[in-house]
Amino acid sequence: MSETKGYLDMELLRFTTAGSVDDGKSTLIGRLLYDSKAIFEDQMELLEETSKQRGEEGVNLALLTDGLRSEREQGITIDVAYRYFATPKRKFIIADTPGHIQYTRNMVTGASTANLALLLVDARHGVIEQTKRHAFIASLLQIPHIAVCVNKMDLVNYSKKAYDNIKKDFEDFATKLEIKDVRFIPISALNGDNVVDRSENMDWYDGSTLMHLLENIHIGSDHNHVDCRFPVQFVIRPQSKEYPDYRGYAGRIEGGVFKPGDAVSLLPSGFTSKIKAIDTFDGEVNQAFSPMSVCITLEDDIDISRGDMMVRENNKPTIEQDIDVMICWMNEKKMMIRGKYTIRHTSQTARCIIKEVKYKMDINTLHRIEEEKEIGLNDIGRISIRTTKPLFFDSYRRNRNTGSVILVDEATNETVAAGMII
Amino acid sequence: MSSYNLTHLKELESEAIFILREVAAQFEKPVMLFSGGKDSIIMFHLARKAFHPGKIPFPLMHVDTGHNFPETIKFRDRLMKETGETLIVKYVQDSIDKGTAVEETGVNASRNGLQTITLLEGLEEEKYDCALGGARRDEEKARAKERFFSHRDEFGQWDPKNQRPELWNLFNGRKRIGEHFRIFPVSNWTEMDVWQYILHEKIELPSLYFSHKREVVNRNGVLLGKCDYIQLKDNESWEERIIRCRTIGDMTCTGVAESKATTLEEIIEEVASTRITERGGRADDKRSEAAMEDRKKEGYF
Repeated sequence: MSETKGYLDMELLRFTTAGSVDDGKSTLIGRLLYDSKAIFEDQMELLEETSKQRGEEGVNLALLTDGLRSEREQGITIDVAYRYFATPKRKFIIADTPGHIQYTRNMVTGASTANLALLLVDARHGVIEQTKRHAFIASLLQIPHIAVCVNKMDLVNYSKKAYDNIKKDFEDFATKLEIKDVRFIPISALNGDNVVDRSENMDWYDGSTLMHLLENIHIGSDHNHVDCRFPVQFVIRPQSKEYPDYRGYAGRIEGGVFKPGDAVSLLPSGFTSKIKAIDTFDGEVNQAFSPMSVCITLEDDIDISRGDMMVRENNKPTIEQDIDVMICWMNEKKMMIRGKYTIRHTSQTARCIIKEVKYKMDINTLHRIEEEKEIGLNDIGRISIRTTKPLFFDSYRRNRNTGSVILVDEATNETVAAGMII
Repeated sequence: MSSYNLTHLKELESEAIFILREVAAQFEKPVMLFSGGKDSIIMFHLARKAFHPGKIPFPLMHVDTGHNFPETIKFRDRLMKETGETLIVKYVQDSIDKGTAVEETGVNASRNGLQTITLLEGLEEEKYDCALGGARRDEEKARAKERFFSHRDEFGQWDPKNQRPELWNLFNGRKRIGEHFRIFPVSNWTEMDVWQYILHEKIELPSLYFSHKREVVNRNGVLLGKCDYIQLKDNESWEERIIRCRTIGDMTCTGVAESKATTLEEIIEEVASTRITERGGRADDKRSEAAMEDRKKEGYF
């Protein structure tokens, strides 16, 4: 069986879905979960019972993820829900985000770690405003792959023309965005056409099914394996009899490939040294790449602490205090211009001041509104900040790990914004 | 697989190690909850990996209901002795003696709910500002919306509607004095991932997880193992079955499952073909549809 032998080369794919109940998202997720045996009998029974109690026809799969009492009472999804399923090839994590409430905030959260965004378009309605908002956020968050599922093909008689029109509309719109890889699939989530099995109703479509795409899309290049970036997270000093002088720098590789013997530079000190060993509990490794968590020892004794970054001498990140950021505001309390916030970036923490708002984005039209300076909940805009100490960063486009920041309100300690460095 | 790809288990492991190190860096006095169940055993294993060759920079804490399977306690004590790590035990009995917890009565009496009281007392007494737990999002629907870094107020309560957004790998552990965090490094693991990892890493488990003979009683479809803490109703009786535990908790509410699986490989086959969720056997979750959410709001981990 695949479960005992095949798991040694299974990969992990994280994807995000967004949309409202009406576009068939729950039906589609339900089908993926049910066909991959991720919904169990007792869950199904509970769903059937609850759906019946609520006087609904059929089984409402949203009840599966809407675990909170107030969500079930109000029939809405409040928060990002994570669901899991696996096939013999891959394990999948779905970040399922609600379509209405707190829309931007939740989709940005789900998108921040996703390899792929699954966008649903109702074949009867075509590309609507909501589709455009989804696509914009997927591009803003630089999700490497987008799968546009044209759903409810059964309701348009499996018409190739309907599908082609939607595909063209989306492609026209997508030229305004930065989307690296977009695929289109005509499906019927309800009847299962092109979800797991090939549709017999659409012989004009010769692309892959959704499941085939999810299982096979190449995600090995989603991480940056070019620019060496190792933010020091924690210093390991056992001071034990066995390891009296050991001093290891623990952290996760956020870019590039590190090998023992490599010459490295330390930021902010600028000192250079050589990698002595890359340690793990299971022994030394001969290379480390993103997203591996390792512990690196150096040939020289240098004073290094959390927040420092190990890089290559000839490929340094930008080192700056004045930074331009695309920001998504996530808090009811509006952003304060000239306000001070705590900023977190890799393993660094600093403070920053909001210097100015360059423009606010109209996410329905993609227009930049330069005269709008007020950034509130679910708004997206470009701002300039100055930090109390230099950050070592790359543009978000180049590296999602070293190009992302969050802002924290110092009075409430809440995370108030997600930022992508330009 | 190309040379720069990780398997799903290695990626999940790396994520958990990252979170564990983040906890050590961001908090002043963390503690790791340890129940002796498989999830806390892999958490312990991951913590050893995260800080190797150093020791785990925080202690472990077991909230002991006094109604544990004896095998769990034996296993726990041997594991601590062999690894030299530090374990603190807090007893529900002490809370009952002090009068802060009141023993449930009746045939379905369980100390499971009282654990929350002892846990919160334990955290407060020792001034821990962060408790690490092995809960997973796939276990129960209220947990599907839990954060890695879950903020709790000074009463230990969870406010699911007002959770901090969690983006990329940037975790915000800032809090006011008296507040604390619950942190779940294996949030993204499924039951299958846990078993595959145990097999891959050759992690030792208590014998309870493997098939054995035991006297049980069938109560509302849940099989409970024989112990002094369960009173039989008039129409009930003990009967011998071939069973194993899918989860390990308090004996009064941990349902066991009929199973012939004696090896990890057989357990994985069984998990793959099982059609009932892991917590389907937990009598504590069956008390109401939102039983888990309510317990979490009160401070259950």
